[in-house]
Amino acid sequence: MSIYVDIEKSYGTFHLSVQLDAGDETLALLGGSGSGKSLTLKCIAGIERPDRGSIVVDGVTLFDSERRIDLSPQERRTGLVFQNYALFPHMTVLENIRAGARREPDAKKRTDSVDRIVDRFGLGCLTGHTPAMLSGGQQQRVALARILVSEPRILLLDEPFSALDGHLRHRLEDELKQVIESFGKTVVLVSHNRREVFRLSDRIAVLEEGRVGAVGTREEIFRNPGTRSGAVLTGCKNISRIRRKGDRLVEATDWGIDLFVDAELADDAEQKEYAGIRSHDIAWAGHANSGNPPENVYRFDVLDEIENPFSYTVILRAQGQSDAEPMQWDMDKPAWERIRTPSVDVCLPPEFILLLKK
Amino acid sequence: MDWFPLLNSLRIAGISTAFIFFAGLFAAYYIAKTPPVVKGLLDVVLTLPLVLPPTVIGYALLRILGPNRLVGAWVLHVFGVRLTMTWWSAVFATSVVIFPLMYRTARGAFESFDETLAYSGQSIGLSNTYIFWRIRMPYCRQGILAGTVLAFARALGEYGATSMVAGYIPGVTATVSTTVYQLWRTNDDALAFRWVTVNLAISFVVLLAVNLIEKSNEKSKPDRYRM
Repeated sequence: MSIYVDIEKSYGTFHLSVQLDAGDETLALLGGSGSGKSLTLKCIAGIERPDRGSIVVDGVTLFDSERRIDLSPQERRTGLVFQNYALFPHMTVLENIRAGARREPDAKKRTDSVDRIVDRFGLGCLTGHTPAMLSGGQQQRVALARILVSEPRILLLDEPFSALDGHLRHRLEDELKQVIESFGKTVVLVSHNRREVFRLSDRIAVLEEGRVGAVGTREEIFRNPGTRSGAVLTGCKNISRIRRKGDRLVEATDWGIDLFVDAELADDAEQKEYAGIRSHDIAWAGHANSGNPPENVYRFDVLDEIENPFSYTVILRAQGQSDAEPMQWDMDKPAWERIRTPSVDVCLPPEFILLLKK
Repeated sequence: MDWFPLLNSLRIAGISTAFIFFAGLFAAYYIAKTPPVVKGLLDVVLTLPLVLPPTVIGYALLRILGPNRLVGAWVLHVFGVRLTMTWWSAVFATSVVIFPLMYRTARGAFESFDETLAYSGQSIGLSNTYIFWRIRMPYCRQGILAGTVLAFARALGEYGATSMVAGYIPGVTATVSTTVYQLWRTNDDALAFRWVTVNLAISFVVLLAVNLIEKSNEKSKPDRYRM
């Protein structure tokens, strides 16, 4: 069970050029709007036609521009779940799910599989309802049931939670995770939400301006996103341009400070144009030096503090650098309330400095 | 009172509406998929009968279907059938006149269709024919129905092109509208008035039907985004 994608498509000034492959796992395409992530999904499903390239799922060639293969969406059997779920509004829940089973020629088998899926998704008491009568979560369940009963080769999920309220998402993420696990085949998930992506996927491909910026396991991508937009998408709030000053030393020009970085990262520092640090990786260095070498410790002015439910976001600027870009620092609520000062010593630990390509 | 004109009007309107229903849907569906330049051009050509005087349409049809003209002469020669001055000649005239009504309302209805419904249908393996008749059509039902009724009403009242292509032969090609004109011309004011009343009644019923359809459309607007 696998997917292999290598396609190119031009849309006016936008160029999509994507190479992906995945096995029995959930691959997330993480990207902002206009990164081409939904277009990639539509190309796989056969709704959009790539200019060049090939798409192979489970050893079946769905599209190959050189061999002139272009299977219809029906023949591809790629179960695409749209962000608005696209349930047929004039049909009941049961009719929607039955529509998914129409491919099965045997009437007995068809009824059985519909019954099974209705049971599995706990839709028994909703079969007579129309989609407009359902909550967002129920609509998602019907959409998944309808897709799964059609026995797709792979599952394609386009922003599965974008139509839902925040408090519903958490529970539905668990539900979807179970569906993905019992599906057991390749799943491609498209999202701009880093939390969703982290919770649901095994591997992540960061998409930017129609290209794959970085691919890796979710841990790798969140630890070192590799590119500036990858860092932004994985939630890194502080990013500065850099100038290389030495083997392990760079100048963060936007912040007005010099930073030591981990040696292994400095090896190819020439192509790295940005440094980033996550707001929760910044450490308080207020206590007396405890023997550690004081690398990357600077005094910052506190410009502002933003109160969150369980933390503070403290806005910092390097002292004496009035032109510098402010930085965001996440601090435990009680901890900040204890030390709250107009200027503070903080450490930007070298091991947490992300060196990023453009 | 001889009811032939009413029956003739109804059968002409019925046949041409049935024919234009499919032709209009077909044109609306496929023209939406053509490139913008072709679409713009076809749109103008197909909407032209809506703004042209019916007499111009009648003239054009006579130029094509007349017994000495290209198509008319050929059909007369091969099948021995005259295409003009019969009751069903009026079907040609009304069809051309009402086509834009059907085509434009169907196109408007199709444009409001959420294409992701069609895509998700394809994704679960539904055939394109099934998607057209069982998903697209029910979704656009009200708009298409309103267009059909409107086209039927217009067909019932067609005068200009019909009178040129089918003429007025009492008991053969007479329709309600050509009868009203003929009766007025021959000073039979009382009978003309009765036919006018019939016409008013039909138009009233049809417009009422269109309004009811549109009202129920508003009520049952698919509300898929409610969470």
